[in-house]
Amino acid sequence: MPERNEDIPDHNDPLRNIQPTDSDHLDYVGQQGLAVEQETLIEPDPVKREQARSLWGDAWRDLRKRPTFIISALLILLLIVIAIWPGLFTNADPRAANLTQDYLRKPDYTDFFGAGWFGYDGQGRSIYARVLYGARASITVGICVTLAVTVLGGLAGMVSGYFGGWTDSVISRIIDIFFGIPLLLGALVLLNAFSVRTVWSVVIALAFLGWTQLARVMRGSVITVKQSDYVVAGRALGAGTGRLMFRHILPNAVAPVIVVATIALGGYITAEATLSFLGIGLQDPTISWGVDISSAQKVIRQAPFALFFPAAALSVTVLAFIMLGDAVRDALDPKLR
Amino acid sequence: MAEPILEVRDLVKHYPLTQGILFKKQVGAVKAVDGISFTLHKGETLGIVGESGCGKSTLAKVLMNLERATAGQVLYKGEDISRLSGAALKAVRRNIQMVFQDPYTSLNPRMTVGDIIGEPFEIHPEVAPKGDRRKAVQDLLDVVGLNPEYINRYPHQFSGGQRQRIGIARGLALKPEVIICDEPVSALDVSVQAQVINLLEKLQQDFELSYMFIAHDLSIVRHISDRVGVMYLGKMVEIGTDLEIYDHATHPYTQALLSAVPVPDPSDREKRERIILSGDIPSPANPPSGCRFRTRCWKAQERCSTELPLLAVPELLAGGAKHESACHFAAERETAAAA
Repeated sequence: MPERNEDIPDHNDPLRNIQPTDSDHLDYVGQQGLAVEQETLIEPDPVKREQARSLWGDAWRDLRKRPTFIISALLILLLIVIAIWPGLFTNADPRAANLTQDYLRKPDYTDFFGAGWFGYDGQGRSIYARVLYGARASITVGICVTLAVTVLGGLAGMVSGYFGGWTDSVISRIIDIFFGIPLLLGALVLLNAFSVRTVWSVVIALAFLGWTQLARVMRGSVITVKQSDYVVAGRALGAGTGRLMFRHILPNAVAPVIVVATIALGGYITAEATLSFLGIGLQDPTISWGVDISSAQKVIRQAPFALFFPAAALSVTVLAFIMLGDAVRDALDPKLR
Repeated sequence: MAEPILEVRDLVKHYPLTQGILFKKQVGAVKAVDGISFTLHKGETLGIVGESGCGKSTLAKVLMNLERATAGQVLYKGEDISRLSGAALKAVRRNIQMVFQDPYTSLNPRMTVGDIIGEPFEIHPEVAPKGDRRKAVQDLLDVVGLNPEYINRYPHQFSGGQRQRIGIARGLALKPEVIICDEPVSALDVSVQAQVINLLEKLQQDFELSYMFIAHDLSIVRHISDRVGVMYLGKMVEIGTDLEIYDHATHPYTQALLSAVPVPDPSDREKRERIILSGDIPSPANPPSGCRFRTRCWKAQERCSTELPLLAVPELLAGGAKHESACHFAAERETAAAA
């Protein structure tokens, strides 16, 4: 790359064309220590020269070095593969029940990846197969609720923070009202309204009650960014609301929202399991860890393993997402370390 | 003198102070800009100086229509632009642009230099056709003395002076006639300040720009300005050519301000007389009656508290000062001229 400030004089270069218009004035300025010196251009390390370094680029470089991120990302990847193709890991049918042979049969720990590896539940069904097939409901709920609340809450927070005034007052009061509703009580009332409860009814209920947290984070973030000079500069250029919001404010305000959303994802998975456990979330024949934990609870004295495996799967999943969220937060905001 | 391009008439900007939560009631106002008039001519540089909080930046924001004026007019080529909105305002923005104070916060950290300088073209597509934009951006980088190959870099890869050049390139993109510089060099190193000032002067010649140059550094304002206006507490107290203001100041505030400029020569320094003002700058929410400067002025008399001095050529000085000064007792200081 040619370095224009260091090569031969260029008559187009204003730095080399400094012509005082008024010698008296130049002298005056010179007295004040304003002698012209060549500005040294900061030339980045030649090896990294063309690497565009941005916040996300820095965060990614930082993340790749974190063991918590690597472990949680691998775990989540595995869980997603299991959720999409549970048949890859087992031949057993999670709905096949043989009560006479397999009622609460103890796990056979030598039977790796076999139907009896984790034992059988109170209906004589393979717990291993059910743990694998149950991942789909949990992961779907977790990801879909997170996407829904990020979009909904993000939009509400953005509008509220950007426009301020009475728009902000109205949206903030609505957020306050939703904040006052206990999640489980609200979900109980909402889910009772559905005659058939599927994964999607749980997603709708949790998203409906959960968007406020993201909206608050987004609102605060937008208010901070809105006041920065580059947004004022955009306005001075004549940029419209849409451009200011999506080109200038959103990219600079979204980091804390992503962090909170990633951490909250684990919470939504727990909430689904809790609702299913209480009997107001998913129901048989839908396979979900929450449903299995609920049915295992009745036979806990005879067969603790029937409770242990779905509960362990749930805990590991939630832990993986929370660890990922923590790692992302640390990478995006080094001040929090 | 060249034709006037920007005329400001009795410009007022008050920020209301409210009380109450549900039913807000106005209990007062911060009089950030309180009746300012001046004219900016084509191709000239008007410097605006004054201490912190005197309303310089608010004036810039009102002129840029980033804040709505409470009263008064801003005439661009005879048309009042202070009440415009929508498409008409957008059209005026092409002709009046701004360079910001802090080059570290005025560039979006998530956009490349090419995107930052190219954004004016996206907002005003009629200025440069789509195919020519990359070329136009590279030309602008060249004009402000940056390597056109830096187009894909991010702002944090540049030094403060380079960032300010990027900010200037963004302001130049729409080929404006007026550029309002709100303390464009006060965040920069002294050595870099001179380069940016020289760049601004070169650009003024090349593109026939008119500058309104806001700063608190008197030396820089003297260097770059054709005329200088001195502000105090939302009012213009004195306005004139740089020579008139710096060597023949008639307003006590200007004289006090100038006496605070550091003198590098130690022997000269001993000879000069410093005017030390007592007290603080009064609150713009509750300014003194009459002349705003009277609470800190050594010339203040009864008349100053009752009668507001108007910005006019002082009558007292027959044949003396020719420039406008808002003081009842405007007079040149004998010792001030000696330096």
